[in-house]
Amino acid sequence: MSNKKNWPLWEVFVRSKNGLEHRHFGSLHAADAEMALENARDVYTRRNEGVSIWVVESKHITASNPEHNGELFEPAQDKVYRHPTFYDLPDEVKHM
Amino acid sequence: MNKNLYNYILGIADNSLILGQRLGELCGHGPSLETDIACTNMSLDLLGQVRSYYQYAAKIAGDGRTEDDIAMLRKEHEYFNVLLVEQPNTDFGYTIARQFLFDVYHFLMLTELEKSTDLNLSAIAKKAIKEASYHKRFSSDWIKRLGDGTDESHERIQAAINDLWTYTDELFHQTEADKAMVEEGVGVDVTKLKDAYYEEVKTVLETATIEVPESKYFQKGGKQGIHTEHMGYLLADLQYMQRTYPNMEW
Repeated sequence: MSNKKNWPLWEVFVRSKNGLEHRHFGSLHAADAEMALENARDVYTRRNEGVSIWVVESKHITASNPEHNGELFEPAQDKVYRHPTFYDLPDEVKHM
Repeated sequence: MNKNLYNYILGIADNSLILGQRLGELCGHGPSLETDIACTNMSLDLLGQVRSYYQYAAKIAGDGRTEDDIAMLRKEHEYFNVLLVEQPNTDFGYTIARQFLFDVYHFLMLTELEKSTDLNLSAIAKKAIKEASYHKRFSSDWIKRLGDGTDESHERIQAAINDLWTYTDELFHQTEADKAMVEEGVGVDVTKLKDAYYEEVKTVLETATIEVPESKYFQKGGKQGIHTEHMGYLLADLQYMQRTYPNMEW
């Protein structure tokens, strides 16, 4: 597979309802941003899933390296005191 | 039964049915996963519109026939779609050229149909126009991409436009039913859409560096039920299940 024949890969983020955040829905191929939006509309929102779409070319996403998972994430595993679970919430506070 | 209204509705609906069938043929055969889904998506939009038109037509006919009977069980000469929409998916260039040449017309026509004094037709047009607007955006975009793309894509889209150009004039021919419906304020006077149509088409083609064909010879006949050689094969595909297993349901 040569790069000449393949469109670049794009990541698609869709907001399913006003007020909610955009969530990663998947990826697709497109020649440019405009085509990526149109393709995303057809591939990911044709069953009424969204009200807003973001697309970003996959190469622009910087990802953490799975090999570094130990140093990145393990230190957080044994620190339960970082969760705010040690005090009672008043009933009036909802959606925490 | 109001025969003119019935025929008028069929004329509009058949365009969408036959183009929808053509686009549906690309299911699993599109040039890429994304364009495959886009084409079948448009097909489903068109078939959705078709259901509303045929349900209304069935009501007007009032002879016990259903929307399915009207869609599936007519003979070739009883379909009134324009010749343009029955032309085959020769390559992606033809698919896009056919779509574009129809979409520009479809959008103009629906904009006028929305003003119809017939509330059913006006409501269908109102809903369909958003879909048609997206179709036009999609096909115009692709016209520009192919025209202003590589040497090969330019050559192919130019060939498709040259070949399909001869079917564009028919979009603006009036049938007897058309004239009667325009008279009653129900139908769209398509002759009045012609200038706006060619102006818009030419603007997009020029942006796409595609030469606008100059041929003055145009094909016609679809609106009278006289079709090109492709129509019979298309209907054989479309009608196979209903003809083989009459009254079958999913």
